[in-house]
Amino acid sequence: MPDSKTAPKSFSFRAAFAERAKKEIAKYPPKRKQSAVLALLDLAQRQNTETNCVTDAAMENIAKILDISRMRLEEIASFYTMIHRKPIGKYHVQCCTTTPCMLRGGDSLVALAEKKLGIRANETTSDGLFTLSRVECIGACANAPAMQINDDFYEDLSEKHVENILDNLAAGKPVTAGSQIKRRGAEPVQHSETSLNKRSGYKVS
Amino acid sequence: MLDDKDRIFTNLYGQAPVDLTSSKKRGIWHNTASLVKKGREKIIEEVKASGLRGRGGAGFPTGLKWSFMPKESDLPSYLVVNADESEPGTCKDRDMIRFDPHRLLEGCLLASVALGAHYAYIYIRGEFVRESEILQTAIDEAYEDGLLGKNAAKSGYNLDLFLHRGAGAYICGEETALLESLEGKKGQPRLKPPFPAGVGLYGCPTTVNNVETIAVLPTILRRGAAWFASFGRPGNHGTKVFSISGHVNKSCNVEETMSIPLKDLIERHAGGVRGGWDNLLAVIPGGSSVPLIHRSLCENALMDYESLQELDSGLGTGAVIVMDRSTDIIKAIARLAHFYKHESCGQCTPCREGTGWMWRVLERMVEGKAKVEEIDLLLQVTKQVEGHTICALGDAAAWPIQGLIRHFRFEIVARIEERQAQTQASSSIAQQKQQEIA
Repeated sequence: MPDSKTAPKSFSFRAAFAERAKKEIAKYPPKRKQSAVLALLDLAQRQNTETNCVTDAAMENIAKILDISRMRLEEIASFYTMIHRKPIGKYHVQCCTTTPCMLRGGDSLVALAEKKLGIRANETTSDGLFTLSRVECIGACANAPAMQINDDFYEDLSEKHVENILDNLAAGKPVTAGSQIKRRGAEPVQHSETSLNKRSGYKVS
Repeated sequence: MLDDKDRIFTNLYGQAPVDLTSSKKRGIWHNTASLVKKGREKIIEEVKASGLRGRGGAGFPTGLKWSFMPKESDLPSYLVVNADESEPGTCKDRDMIRFDPHRLLEGCLLASVALGAHYAYIYIRGEFVRESEILQTAIDEAYEDGLLGKNAAKSGYNLDLFLHRGAGAYICGEETALLESLEGKKGQPRLKPPFPAGVGLYGCPTTVNNVETIAVLPTILRRGAAWFASFGRPGNHGTKVFSISGHVNKSCNVEETMSIPLKDLIERHAGGVRGGWDNLLAVIPGGSSVPLIHRSLCENALMDYESLQELDSGLGTGAVIVMDRSTDIIKAIARLAHFYKHESCGQCTPCREGTGWMWRVLERMVEGKAKVEEIDLLLQVTKQVEGHTICALGDAAAWPIQGLIRHFRFEIVARIEERQAQTQASSSIAQQKQQEIA
């Protein structure tokens, strides 16, 4: 993994990202472009597919675009958990372990992922493929236990599911996000809806 | 039980597609102009009469909150929708957004009329990447169809609506922290007063409402305040989406009437407690911030603001976390204490220092490595944090621990004594061995 010594010296948003950044800034009143700071940090992070974090050079650039002091920007970046200032693996595996997920086995999934990936939580595999994190509630409590990998949620997990997902990602095979037991949203499982079913007269579609 | 015909969120499970055409088939955006034309006063009046209370946790009467917005102002007014759902146990707003985004957007237009706002922001939590994509698509569709923007839905009213993504901070669900974050700063809550209705986003009059509060608005205006008020006990009207998680057979989201008995909710919709009702240990009835209630109280608890308040708990976000007898209740609450320690913004000393302190003591109590006197000390510290911080995160960190001590003090004591007995036994064995060697 490149460290600060090998990190790029300069940064600019590539065309597509610059376009998106412009759109984000346009959402706010002209004198309030600082409002777009999280969006720009996120875009810079996405553009950096090498280390998936916001580099020093990107920080300089964003501070200039939004006209805020570099130190203020550093404060903001460090406040939000989704903004990374240190390299992150290609797949950021974030296991939810807050109480609703904990009650349904969230901790054992972390243990399993640790064993499988050969790293501890908050570490990155040596090939830079996986970073494992224990995170706070991701907001999929009725589909617990859940984890988030990059932009996608994986829900209703069993140990087998986690193993499969990690295996497939490692092998570069596609994985299916969402409920792993094919549940629609957070409906009561086993296709026995207690509401919004056709039987009780409500027409779906 | 609530009839399907009286459900507001008719696509709560994503049975039907979410695009504009399908949404219109569900009655969304139907003659919205006529609702807009009711005008500001009439809408507020109707919402007051419906008894709608904020669905984000605090339960403040929505119509009253809206009436605090200045009638005339040189500054622009803002509606900000709080979609920063991160209260442990709560997963309702996410499903409203990903399965029924247009219902929320229509609500935004109508709420903006009530507030005199021509700009609205929806602040969605950063982790909800896919949800924000769906919502952005819906916003684009609505603009294209003339439902947002100038002369929105041909009502003569102008509304510009923007989506703002957060980046991972529970505290941004607090309304003034959310405004700070929306302004591009660290999400640290502001001192109140001034309240956002006077000085909010960019110093302008602002009202922040939860997703559910806004999304139910079109239906209330269509079907009338009396319809909405016909559900639930006085002061607790309407329907509500409950999230049921934890040790139940079928964890789910479900829309039900307010004041539904907790037991009914769990047994009818969530397939009952794992191992049967008698296997129940405790329930956190309104998201992690409210104190748990012991199983003996669950029998008669009603899911509304007042019933749960009488039980020294609260409805909060309506997120029911069920724990059966296999639960290590001290560990479950210690985990919540860790959550609040992690999410404290660090601005106020009692919260910044207190949340970490309370968590460390609780972690020791999980192992029984504490003194019995420390239970009262812990309780005392929760009281020192509660009410002594700028925002309610301090309270939210204190209450679950107070609930634990209120209902499960014996469990903590038993664990400490068990540990003491073990260490005494092992030390006496060690002494014996030493004597033998000597």
